[in-house]
Amino acid sequence: MSSRAEILALLRENARYSAEDMARQTDLDPADVEDVIAALEADGVIAGYQAVIDYSKLDDERVRALVELNVTLDRETSYADIAERLAKFPEVEGLRLVSGDYDFDMEVEGDSMSEVSRFISEKVAPVPEITQTVTHYVMESYKERGIEFGDGHDDDRLSVSP
Amino acid sequence: MEVSDRVDGVPPSGIRRFFELAEEMDDLISLGVGEPDFSAPWSARDAAIASLERGETSYTANRGKRELREEIARHQAQNYGLEYDPDDEIIVTTGASEGIDLAMRALVDPGDTVAVAQPTYISYVPGVQFSGGKPLPVPTRAEDEFKLTREVLEDAGAQAADALIYCYPNNPTGATMTGDELAEVAAFCREHDLIVLADEIYAALSYEHEHTSIATLPGMRERTVVFNGFSKAYAMTGLRLGYAMGPPEAIGAMNRVHQYTMLSAPTTAQHAALDALRNCDDDVAEMRTQYDRRRNFVLSRFAEMGIDCFEASGAFYAFPECPTDDSGAFAEDLIHEKKVAVVPGGVFGDGGDGHLRVSYATGLEDLKTALNRIEEFIS
Repeated sequence: MSSRAEILALLRENARYSAEDMARQTDLDPADVEDVIAALEADGVIAGYQAVIDYSKLDDERVRALVELNVTLDRETSYADIAERLAKFPEVEGLRLVSGDYDFDMEVEGDSMSEVSRFISEKVAPVPEITQTVTHYVMESYKERGIEFGDGHDDDRLSVSP
Repeated sequence: MEVSDRVDGVPPSGIRRFFELAEEMDDLISLGVGEPDFSAPWSARDAAIASLERGETSYTANRGKRELREEIARHQAQNYGLEYDPDDEIIVTTGASEGIDLAMRALVDPGDTVAVAQPTYISYVPGVQFSGGKPLPVPTRAEDEFKLTREVLEDAGAQAADALIYCYPNNPTGATMTGDELAEVAAFCREHDLIVLADEIYAALSYEHEHTSIATLPGMRERTVVFNGFSKAYAMTGLRLGYAMGPPEAIGAMNRVHQYTMLSAPTTAQHAALDALRNCDDDVAEMRTQYDRRRNFVLSRFAEMGIDCFEASGAFYAFPECPTDDSGAFAEDLIHEKKVAVVPGGVFGDGGDGHLRVSYATGLEDLKTALNRIEEFIS
């Protein structure tokens, strides 16, 4: 594995590993690790760092919805044009062009169901190229970005074994 | 009731005491565990569940399900170049441990001498004794990075032995042996007509070079029984499934003991194993990557602490020198004072004294905390 690939794999596992701890797990020096990360950031490969949050553990749970969008294109308007416009809204957490029955898969977050609904009906639906929206509210989240939610699995191994 | 002299003469394992000490402690971080911290790949577990739903709860053939033996033969040929006939050269056992016990009983006569490369997994010496054989310890040396050499075999008098048993990649040292290094051992065994029992349970966990099986070396196949299984590579310890491969007469004799004592290995586990061989290469690769990172981490930390530790290159163990003279006392004090469990090397036989077995089958955060505590303890 290249050092870039190795560092990315480690950061995907835990973005809070220190450069020293990453160096200890690979054959790199801490300074090399810093350099690789700086290059990955400069190249835009690493676009940011975020925590994976289980909102159900918080008192004020966020409302999230997955929205299917169908669009119609014309000679002047591409998918990228529509995406650029939608992605600017802070309510939009994720936006992907997908294959299948609809065109865009949009993730929206808000403080309440009415806030999310209002955003869809007042900001998204009126965009002239959008022909249909189907909104799915998230009822329960079991796993996000590779991390399973729940109480976890206790280590049930014998504490010392041959 | 009076127990047999044969059993009475075999002392309980020295690891027991450390298990009891560790069990008394809350918030203990254990680097004393000899099994993976992962669960078996979900695909394999799912296959086991599905087999139960279909009601497949009967015995299998004594030697194990035919499709499983075929899949084992394919896997071993593909990964290690070992060619065994699923009909009469492979037997599926209840853990590699059962395979080793079968081999002892099928191949060792009372009074036979079995050379045991040490330090090593704790079951071999008692296994020889239960069969009425005489174990001959062959201590490997720290300066050889705990590899088996012609010199240590000769020093121990293994020329006169009838068989040799070893485990590489090794528990407890993490040592591995390359093909060239094994060639020297193979030549010794051919010269002195020794049977070889090669425990290759950690074969998939070799980090610096490809694993070589001694049975692939010239003139060795006919005198070797190879043991492998699903416990370590596939994190399936509790499913108790292993296998042995060897010449038809050896496997046939082992099967004669097996058919009377075990009948067949657990059916549900055989279904999991079949799926593991067919679908879980990626899971094994991912676990290997994780172990390798932790190995680097542990070796780096020992180097930073000034603790001497050779570059362990297999299994999931490092075997540093103990910073004090008495490794048993060190391990006990470490549990009491810092709540970290390691196992003193002497428990694993001759040549292990003065070292500590440190298992890195533990998540990185715990590993990090435990090593910090060891650093505080020695400073």
